[in-house]
Amino acid sequence: MIQPAPARPAGLRRKAEALATALPPLLADARHLATTVQMGEHGRRRAGLGDEFWQFRPAHAGDEARAIDWRRSARADQHFVREKEWHAAQSVHLWVDDARSMEFSGDTSRTTKADRARLLALAVSVLLIRAGERVGLADPVAPPRSGEVQLIRLAQTFTAPPGDADYGAPEARAMLTGSRAVFVSDFLGDPAPVERALTLAADRGVRGAILQILDPVEEAFPFDGRTIFESMTGAIRHETRRAGDLRDRYRARLAERKDRLATLARRVDWQFSTHHTDQPAQVPLLWLYHALERVRQ
Amino acid sequence: MMILGPLGFANPLLLLGLVALPVLWILLRVVPPAPIRRRFPGVALLLGLKDEDHETDRTPWWLLLLRMIAIAALILGFAGPVLNPEPREPGSGPVLILADGSWAEARDWPRRQDRIAQMLTDAARAGRPAALVSVAGGADAITFTGAGSVAETLPGFAPVPWEPDAAAHAALSALLPEGGFDTLWLSDGLARQGRDDLLSALRSHGRVTVFETARDVFGLKPAVYSDGKVSLGLVRAHAGGEAAVEVVGLGLDPAGTERELARLPVLFEPGSAAAEAVFDLPAELRNRIGRFEILGQKTAGAVALTDDAIRRREVAIVEGATSREGLELLSPGHYLRQALAPTADVIDGTLEDTILADPDVIILTDVAKIAAPDALRDWVEKGGLLVRFAGPHMAAQDWGAGDDPLLPVRLRSGGRSVGGALSWGEPKTLAPFEEGSPFAGLTVPDEVRVTTQVMAEPGPDLAARTIAALADGTPLVTRSDLGSGAVVLFHVTANAEWSGLPLSGLFVQMLERLAVASGQIAGERDDLTGTVWTAERVLDAFGALQDAGDLPGIAGERLAAGQTGADLRPGIYASGDRTLALNAVGTDRVFAPALWPEGVPVEGLADAVERPMTGWFLAAGLALLLADVLAALALSGRLTGARAGLAAILLAAVLLPIPQARAEMTEDEVIRAAGHVVLAYVRTGDAEVDRVSEAGLRGLSDVIFYRTAVEPDVPMGVDLEADELSVLTLLYWPVTATGAMPSPAAYLRLNRYLRSGGMILFDTRDADIAGFGNATPEGRRLQALAAPLEIPPLEPVPADHVLTRAFYLLQDFPGRFSGPPVWVEAAPPDAEQAEGMPFRNLNDGVTPVIIGGNDWAAAWAVDDSGWPMYPVGRGLSGERQREIAYRFGVNVVMHVLTGNYKSDQVHVPALLERLGQ
Repeated sequence: MIQPAPARPAGLRRKAEALATALPPLLADARHLATTVQMGEHGRRRAGLGDEFWQFRPAHAGDEARAIDWRRSARADQHFVREKEWHAAQSVHLWVDDARSMEFSGDTSRTTKADRARLLALAVSVLLIRAGERVGLADPVAPPRSGEVQLIRLAQTFTAPPGDADYGAPEARAMLTGSRAVFVSDFLGDPAPVERALTLAADRGVRGAILQILDPVEEAFPFDGRTIFESMTGAIRHETRRAGDLRDRYRARLAERKDRLATLARRVDWQFSTHHTDQPAQVPLLWLYHALERVRQ
Repeated sequence: MMILGPLGFANPLLLLGLVALPVLWILLRVVPPAPIRRRFPGVALLLGLKDEDHETDRTPWWLLLLRMIAIAALILGFAGPVLNPEPREPGSGPVLILADGSWAEARDWPRRQDRIAQMLTDAARAGRPAALVSVAGGADAITFTGAGSVAETLPGFAPVPWEPDAAAHAALSALLPEGGFDTLWLSDGLARQGRDDLLSALRSHGRVTVFETARDVFGLKPAVYSDGKVSLGLVRAHAGGEAAVEVVGLGLDPAGTERELARLPVLFEPGSAAAEAVFDLPAELRNRIGRFEILGQKTAGAVALTDDAIRRREVAIVEGATSREGLELLSPGHYLRQALAPTADVIDGTLEDTILADPDVIILTDVAKIAAPDALRDWVEKGGLLVRFAGPHMAAQDWGAGDDPLLPVRLRSGGRSVGGALSWGEPKTLAPFEEGSPFAGLTVPDEVRVTTQVMAEPGPDLAARTIAALADGTPLVTRSDLGSGAVVLFHVTANAEWSGLPLSGLFVQMLERLAVASGQIAGERDDLTGTVWTAERVLDAFGALQDAGDLPGIAGERLAAGQTGADLRPGIYASGDRTLALNAVGTDRVFAPALWPEGVPVEGLADAVERPMTGWFLAAGLALLLADVLAALALSGRLTGARAGLAAILLAAVLLPIPQARAEMTEDEVIRAAGHVVLAYVRTGDAEVDRVSEAGLRGLSDVIFYRTAVEPDVPMGVDLEADELSVLTLLYWPVTATGAMPSPAAYLRLNRYLRSGGMILFDTRDADIAGFGNATPEGRRLQALAAPLEIPPLEPVPADHVLTRAFYLLQDFPGRFSGPPVWVEAAPPDAEQAEGMPFRNLNDGVTPVIIGGNDWAAAWAVDDSGWPMYPVGRGLSGERQREIAYRFGVNVVMHVLTGNYKSDQVHVPALLERLGQ
């Protein structure tokens, strides 16, 4: 749900400048974060189209003559075929929740959930693109492409202003069959759209990872006294006389939500993890990367 | 005013506000604390959760109680509560404030001043004119003026060191103005004659209120010497329970500083209004005592000044060769001993021995040939008094034509005898003493006859030197000055052979007048007749000795009467060589508590002082409200994180007393200071100054460690109030303009420290820009700080002071600043330049203080890595100055540690030279 920039020239200029100032740091941060993951050539570990040598195998009937590796065959009595490792580019769809709830930060010294989510998404994009994969967004705005230019494009969409909704819903319509997907959100809103999107993705053979990003405050609920809780837009309100009494029940509900997501993910063979913004970003990045790697096999 | 128990309320109507408290309770109870709005994305998960109980809708009871108490405290505070209120009835018409004004009021004079000020304020508020009069101080007229203008004179209104007598009371009652007026009488608590008359006169004009404090009045009677002991009577006004006081004897030490020389606890038995303090002191100490005081009383009556009465002169009696052995009762020495023994210490011996003993007086009886004339002459010229008596040897001596300096007049050989078997005429009587003679005023008894005497050669100054003569005009006693001393010749013998003088009481009086027998036996002041005395120092009402200024001379008769008053202040009076002390409390003074008739309200006797409590109540209310704020914040969940910390600090600041910032020196530190050379600085309370002092002494310690055999330990900050000073070597005292004054106990210990060889290096750190101690705040502070210290006379460091060569050779002593002189103990006046030496022979004694303003610590200061903390001067010359500053520090420490060792080294060349021979 990326809002198009306002049409007024002054506003456009201002937005553009804001974008230009925000973009390099975000991209730089993402690249910086990506360097913490040791890159290797992750081949498909099976014979296929590719550049790297995989193995020699005895020629079968039906192999084209030009496929025979004469040099190897000359050393033996039979013909060998030189096989190369299958290198196929995967399409990875990213969905980063841009709803207002992600703009929350429980402490001024902590980054918002949205910032952390974008950083992680872009960093994993850097890694994937460096690995030769095609990365795009889950909505049709930015279909998966490979190459550095795609990184710039992604960074631009990530630095767009947030949406209006309190809670976001994943977009699964544009996903290619058999591709991979990463959903990053706090998943505090209605879980039904998430379930729908996951089911739809699973139907299309899409597998991937769900990363829930939470602020520590949302986990600990350190409130007390008479309080009116409001959602980030103020649309949802809840008043309590004694917030401390709600703590246990809130945390039970949160655990229940996590459990539900985890169960859902297991059912459709996705990965699920929770990340807190007071933790370093390397940990979830590594998890994301491995999660994608697992599904790639 | 409404009075409830010990509390009174100035505005009792405000207490009605307390009725509103229950209403407030209900109001507060139904209004729950305001909610906080929080943005919280997790709210989606909260939807549908219900609060468990609704009890917390309301404010908790303890918070309510807190608020109630706070508001009650505010209401009570504004109602003007007064603890122990003194009933005050508004009056009208003029107010006469009458103070006894005697020394007995000095002890609690501030409280009396407060009472007067309060009375004047009340009077000013009520528009009543007032007058302020002291009975003892007297007044020319009593006129009622505006209370405000009277209040302006209050700071100058002080008690006087004498007591009002009946005449003073009568004089005042004669001055009382016409018409009605109320009187506030501030009584000193002692009964007096004439008071009742004045009181009835005052009561006829209006209401009389008496203000009296419950404090007992102590008096110290003059010191009396008897049987080698000094005894002082003590009196008190209220013969109540047991009371313990301490009497101290104060006097000058050999260095000229006043010190406590003796101290004795004295116990008043229950029911007894008198006690006695008996000091058994060595003669040397006794002679030094200038006054006795009841410790902590600070009134003129609690001070007993001493005079010659307890001072015993040393008199040496040297008798001429007597041919008639064994006739003790006839020997001249016997008469003299009898006359002198009660008042002087008599030394016997040969002339040479007695001169060595340096007595006050040497008496030679009939010694014609003096064994050691030069030594005796030196002794007289230094202030000795030589008294000679004539006799057969003197008469037989051929005196020749020259003047003998050891005789006041030239004597004619032979002498004369009158009234004997072979002579004409009657034995001569004495002529009355002339004005100007030291004997003037003494009565000449008729029975004294002179039969034989030595004769003086007539000369131009014979008449001037004659201080007593016979009826026919021949000199009997002559005197001449010699140097600072004097020579007196009695032209008769000291025994009864030549005259009846030694048998008469006049003989003793004459000796007294000559200050041979120093002083009177206490109580005997009859012989003061005809003398004129001038006050040297007088006591003020607070027991402090002041310069007498130009008070007129006092006739001896008036002094003998002893009644102190405006014309005769207690103090020390002198006439010629004699001194006489007049004390505020006479020998037979008895104190009696003042008794006031029924119907005269006496206030102030209660120990409980009226105390307005408004401030306390308001403060308590505000503190409770603050606590309420914190509690409310905590309840509503707003008290989190940094706010909670802030709140805790705030609460601690309000509730806890300021903690003792400095701990006493630990035992380990004392051991360290005692076991090593530790440079110490006085903690001033200014953190920055203390830091510089610490860094400075650390830098200096390092320099001393590297360059000399002294290996100082880490410097130490010292709290003068608590720490042990005796173990310290050197105390660096940076003077700050705002530093706190040490307590008297701290000064005691500082003085003990100085006496036991410690050194204080005062540093005003102001470069002494205004000349020594003149106008800078630090300089003034230094004067205030150093005033209670026993500091000898000072002088700027002379060029030959041992400080200039204790380790390094130095000419000046810069710190961060350079230039102003540094002051040390002055050299003794008799310091002489040693022969062939560039330095004076300044023996013993490390100067106890060094005073300067060069900010040495800043020049010495180094940071943790050993680099200077502050720039000194500019460039290389600045570094040179820093080096000299370090050298000064090394010299100071060397001076403290080695004393005048370097001064002794001066003599090494001479010693070597002698050894070589």
